[in-house]
Amino acid sequence: MSQSTESLLSVQGLEKHFPITKGLFQRQVGAVKAVDGLTFDVVKGETLGLVGESGCGKTTTGRLITRLIEPTAGKIVFEGKDISHMSQGDLRPLRRDMQMIFQDPYSSLNPRHTVGAIVGAPFRIQGVKTEQGTKKAVQEILELVGLNPEHYNRYPHEFSGGQRQRIGIARTLALKPKLIIADEPVSALDVSIQAQVVNLLEDLQNELDLTYVVIAHDLSVVRHISDRVAVMYLGKIVEIADSAMLYKAPLHPYTNALLSAVPVPDVKRRTQRDRIRLQGDVPSPINPPPACRFHTRCWKAQEVCRTVEPPLAELLPGHQVACHFPENTPQDAGPAEPVAAAGDAGDQGIAPGVINPVS
Amino acid sequence: MSFLELKDLRIHFPTDDGLVKSVDGLSFALERGKTLGIVGESGSGKSVTSLGILGLHKGGRAKISGEIWLDGEELVSATPEHVRTLRGKKMAMIFQDPLSAMHPYYTVGQQIVEAYRIHHPVGKAVARKHAIDLLGRVGIPQPDRRVDSYPHEFSGGMRQRAMIAMALSCDPELLIADEPTTALDVTVQAQILDLMRDLQQEFDSALIIITHDLGVVAELADDILVMYGGRCIEYGSASDIFERPEHPYTWGLLGSMPRLDRERTDRLMPIKGTPPSLINVPSGCAFHPRCAYEPRTDGKATTKVPDLLETEGGHLVRCHLSKDERRGIWENEIKPTLESA
Ligand SMILES: Nc1ncnc2c1ncn2[C@@H]1O[C@H](COP(=O)(O)OP(=O)(O)OP(=O)(O)O)[C@@H](O)[C@H]1O
Ligand SMILES: Nc1ncnc2c1ncn2[C@@H]1O[C@H](COP(=O)(O)OP(=O)(O)OP(=O)(O)O)[C@@H](O)[C@H]1O
Ligand code: SF4
Ligand code: SF4
Ligand SMILES: [Mg+2]
Ligand SMILES: [Mg+2]
Repeated sequence: MSQSTESLLSVQGLEKHFPITKGLFQRQVGAVKAVDGLTFDVVKGETLGLVGESGCGKTTTGRLITRLIEPTAGKIVFEGKDISHMSQGDLRPLRRDMQMIFQDPYSSLNPRHTVGAIVGAPFRIQGVKTEQGTKKAVQEILELVGLNPEHYNRYPHEFSGGQRQRIGIARTLALKPKLIIADEPVSALDVSIQAQVVNLLEDLQNELDLTYVVIAHDLSVVRHISDRVAVMYLGKIVEIADSAMLYKAPLHPYTNALLSAVPVPDVKRRTQRDRIRLQGDVPSPINPPPACRFHTRCWKAQEVCRTVEPPLAELLPGHQVACHFPENTPQDAGPAEPVAAAGDAGDQGIAPGVINPVS
Repeated sequence: MSFLELKDLRIHFPTDDGLVKSVDGLSFALERGKTLGIVGESGSGKSVTSLGILGLHKGGRAKISGEIWLDGEELVSATPEHVRTLRGKKMAMIFQDPLSAMHPYYTVGQQIVEAYRIHHPVGKAVARKHAIDLLGRVGIPQPDRRVDSYPHEFSGGMRQRAMIAMALSCDPELLIADEPTTALDVTVQAQILDLMRDLQQEFDSALIIITHDLGVVAELADDILVMYGGRCIEYGSASDIFERPEHPYTWGLLGSMPRLDRERTDRLMPIKGTPPSLINVPSGCAFHPRCAYEPRTDGKATTKVPDLLETEGGHLVRCHLSKDERRGIWENEIKPTLESA
């Protein structure tokens, strides 16, 4: 949980446009606006969750923050240093402090290297000398993530998916980073194993005082591990708030629709739940809809939504939303229940909203 | 006899590493108009079961025994040719990945027309009209234009709809959907689940939905079968499984899942260890190396495979603990932790 309010990472107006080229001369004919103006802070010791549907720019954001790619525009400030356009050489010492965990525990580990070599690689790359030698240090980390230190000489294929993800986590921990960006760290794992890895991430955070940005599309997992959550749609943040607030009373129609689409394992609820059914798919980030990007699927859209882009504004303390007609507010014309209604926690998570007629 | 009945179905694959017992004695029954959810972790035998029902393991190296009765006909002993004539017409499948099930060089319409004309001796124009109808029914906008699109021109959700249209083209009485929404975004998943629910009611078919997502089965299934290591370890109505589950593995699945419909719990309760290898399935109860209650079964769990026994009203459980012990543990030890704030 976050104690301080000191920003470890601060992102302002961040953009990444991937050029689309055509023909022999690679003439640029357009751009994929994968990330299109993100502003947010990550506070020391917290977990920020980043959610949104496929292609909304989550992974690109992670790769920008860790400077695996260079931003088209905007600023990334890590520990007070502007790293937006830092050279790879200058970034090198910072790489110790910032690590990324990847989604796929199968392809992100080199099959020809032993566990010892994989987890020890960061020491060698950074030229770090440890007191009792790299092997000892690596074995300690293996133990920390719940792997047997004796497995030092084994190869990735000898491990299960969950164990491989632990190896990946061990590797990122080697140099005691301050910030870890975890991109879908559990989505390739079976549910019983997912829970093991989620608990491990939480334990490590407490023990090592880590700060996380966790990217995931599973809204239940994100609620479980995040202190704050940012919801992305087509390259933009549409809502960002304290996790409990966001899930109890989402302000953005898209967040509300996302939450109401999650199937919950409760058979009694199956008939009772009021659902918001979005139509169609997410539009292409090459030609995103003008003004509010969500207007093509939003049941509340008005003329102003198609012409004026709603800014990300702080509507409630610590709760920012980009919408002209937010949900769950006194101004909300919809039939939403009062935000603070007591009673069954589950019902508060899903505001009634308006049900779209499904064709 | 039920519309679909499996009796002690076994599907084993001889491999260089040993015999893979992917399905090892599976029995269940399903009526028309009902939905059965099959849940279980990766490698528990869900897909092998569904391919087995469709007869797609026939002629391969798989060793198949037991009985599969579909509308009064036994399929394990039937010839591959005969079962082929039933596919499409009598039973059809919706796969997780529509791209792998569709031909990339033919338009979506051509593929539906093809599937339809195998079983219906009609002209191309009539079949095309039928294809357009179906695409409209599954919610593809402008079906008369999209019928001439290629699969890659569709988004993931549209492809899944097109595959459902293809599977429905001959009004199958049994529809098997293997992870039909796993690759989709949650808002699109919700659309597809709605669609499947509506279509099933309209066609009164029997539906088997296979998934690892307990939320998805809770949305659709009347009955649920929980698989572990190629066997059914618990079977019951959706309320049995979600409100009074009696198998330690089912408890583990429920405890592993963060839930949006409850207050956030402090900590998830994972199942320790990993799913078993189907070559060296653990002796006795296959779940015993991971089970916290194994010590309470006096060593029986490591030596004897528990029988799948009825606990009450069609609710079946495969565990050596007594009914009273299981209910006591659920009420006093498990349920409170799942609901704790
Ligand atoms: N190197 C690249 N060149 C061109 N387009 C790219 C590149 N990387 C990503 N994109 C595009 O940018 C958009 C955002 O992609 P990104 O991978 O960040 O999405 P995501 O939110 O992580 O999605 P998912 O949930 O599917 O992982 C997508 O439309 C993607 O196709
Ligand atoms: N043709 C085959 N030859 C040998 N083994 C096979 C074959 N097909 C499946 N298996 C094995 O049978 C077991 C069950 O596989 P199955 O595909 O049914 O799992 P599943 O429950 O569908 O898992 P998932 O959730 O990952 O789809 C696995 O161990 C798999 O490796
Ligand atoms: S700005 Fe308008 S279109 Fe956009 S989310 Fe709000 S109400 Fe919907
Ligand atoms: S038989 Fe024993 S080991 Fe198996 S599930 Fe029951 S209690 Fe656990
Ligand atoms: Mg991604
Ligand atoms: Mg499968």
